[in-house]
Amino acid sequence: MSSLAAVTAAMKLGGPVTGFVAGSGAKAVAEEAGKVKGLNKVIYVENGAYDKGLPENFAPLLVENIKKEGFTHIFAGHSAFGKNLMPRVAALLDSQQISDITAIEGEDTFVRPIYAGNAILTVKTSDATKVITVRGTAFTSDETQEGTAELVEGTDPKSACPTEWISEDLAKSDRPDLATASKVVSGGRGLKSKEEFDRLMPPLADALGAAIGASRAAVDSGFADNSLQVGQTGKNVAPQLYLCAGISGAIQHLAGMKDSKVIAAINKDPDAPIFQVADVGLVGDLFEKVPELTEKLKNA
Amino acid sequence: MTSLKILVPVKRVIDYAVKPRVNKTSTAIETANVKHSMNPFDELSIEEAVRLRERSLPVTDILAFTAGPAKSSDVLRTALAMGADRGMHVVVDEKKGELEPLGVAKLLQKVVMEEERNVVILGKQSIDDDANQTGQMLAGLLNWPQATQASKVDIEDDTVTVTREVDGGVETLRAKLPIVITTDLRLNEPRYASLPNIMKAKKKPLVKKTMEEMGVDLGKRLQTVKVQEPPARKGGEKVEDVDGMIRKLKELGAL
Repeated sequence: MSSLAAVTAAMKLGGPVTGFVAGSGAKAVAEEAGKVKGLNKVIYVENGAYDKGLPENFAPLLVENIKKEGFTHIFAGHSAFGKNLMPRVAALLDSQQISDITAIEGEDTFVRPIYAGNAILTVKTSDATKVITVRGTAFTSDETQEGTAELVEGTDPKSACPTEWISEDLAKSDRPDLATASKVVSGGRGLKSKEEFDRLMPPLADALGAAIGASRAAVDSGFADNSLQVGQTGKNVAPQLYLCAGISGAIQHLAGMKDSKVIAAINKDPDAPIFQVADVGLVGDLFEKVPELTEKLKNA
Repeated sequence: MTSLKILVPVKRVIDYAVKPRVNKTSTAIETANVKHSMNPFDELSIEEAVRLRERSLPVTDILAFTAGPAKSSDVLRTALAMGADRGMHVVVDEKKGELEPLGVAKLLQKVVMEEERNVVILGKQSIDDDANQTGQMLAGLLNWPQATQASKVDIEDDTVTVTREVDGGVETLRAKLPIVITTDLRLNEPRYASLPNIMKAKKKPLVKKTMEEMGVDLGKRLQTVKVQEPPARKGGEKVEDVDGMIRKLKELGAL
C-alpha cells in the first residue's frame, strides 16, 4: 500500500514513473505492478538475496540502477521498509533525504510534518537526486489500469550482505490493516488491563469493521501489541473514523491520528486534551459506554 | 571476545512534553526560553550501552557524542551521569542553523574512524525533525550492517543478534561486528541519573571541537521555505450519551 502512495506522489511531478522490484519471483510481481496506474516502466531484479529487503545489499542494488537510469527523484513509502532502506540509499548517493512528505509543491519543494506534527515544514532541496519517503495516508490511490508498463530487467551488482535474516513474528489478524483502514478504534491506558482491552475493543472493532489501534501507554502497559501503536513513534493513520476510548490525547498520540476525517472520543475526564480535537466527545465511563456503543452499532 | 568500543550520539531537543510554537516570521520553531532535554530515543541508546557493560560484556569505553550549539554540552553531561565514560562535543555556531542528518552521519563516520569504534547505538529518530535517517546513513557511509528500531540486542563474541520492530510485528537479524544499531522505545527503560553520578559526571572528560577541526564538508542541501502551524481542528463538541454519539457520527458521514 505504501508503494502505491509512492507512485501517486511520483505522478504529481508529471514525468515518467518507473517502478522497481527485486527478489524471488520479481518478474511476476513486476507484471502485477505494471497494472498500477501511472507506472510507465517496471525494473525487476530476480534474485532471492533481496527477499527480506535487507538494506545492506538492497541499497547498493538500488543505487546501481538509479545511476544507470539517471533518475532525478526516488520515492518510497515511509513504512518500516522505506525508513530502513532509503536513508542508506541517500547516503550512498550523497543526497539529503526528505522523510515522510505530505505534499509536493514543485520538483524540488516538499512539505512534511515536524515536531510530531505540531509544525509543517516546507523545504527546497538542492540535491540533484532527490530521495523522498512518502506518508501513505497523504497520497492515496487504488486505481489500476491495463498492464501497459514496459518490463525491463535491472542490473544486479550482487553485493554481499553481511546481515543474516533469522526470523519474524508478525501479528496475524483478519481485521483491516491499521495504516490503511477506513475505520480505526483505539484504546488507551483507561482500559486498565489487557483483559479489559481484549474484552472491549475487538467487539467494537468488529461492529464497525474497523482496525484496532492503541496509545503508547496501552502498549507500554502490555494491553496491546507494539505494532498497534498509533502516534509519533508508531503508525500514522488518517481513517474516515477514529474512535478512541480511554486515551487522554498526548501530543505524541495526536501526531499519529489528527488527520483523521472524524475523531470520536470516550473519556471520563472532561478536560482530557483529546476532546479539543474530537468532533464528537462523550464524557463517561468507557466500561459502560463502549459495550453500550458496541451493542447499539450491532443492532443498527 | 572482541572488546566493544561504543559510540552513542545524542541530541539536545525541545523537551517532549512541550508543545512547540512556530515563530512570528514563520521560519522556524521558537526555541528561546523553551525547556530542552536529551532526545528520548538517545536516552535509550545510552542506557543500552551501559547495560551491555553491566551484562559483563567487554566494553572498553562508551563515548557520548553531540554536535550542536554550546548548550548541547548539557545532554552530554546527562549521558555521562547515566554511565558513559567520556564525551565529545562538536560545537556548531547557532547562526548556521541545524545540521542535516547527512552532515551528522559524515561527522559520525569521522569519529568512528578516529576513535576506532565497533558499535554505534543511535536513537531511531529525533523528536524535533522526525527524520529517522542518521543511523542508516552512517551505516551506509561506513558500509556496516545496520539494525534499526531495535527492541532487543544480544552480543555474543563478535555476533550481534537484534530483534527489530517492523510493520505488523518483529523480525530478528544477525550480523558480525562492527554494527550500527538504532533504538526503538521498546528496547529498555532508561535510568535516572542519581545525584552522586551527576557529581561524578562533572569530572569525566568532555572534549570540545570546532567544525573546522573535524574537517567535514557540511554544506546544507535543504533550505527552509517556511514553517507553519498545522491546520487547527475544530473539535470540542460533546454529546450526552451513546445515542447522541451514534446520531452525530451518522450526521458527519462517519457511519
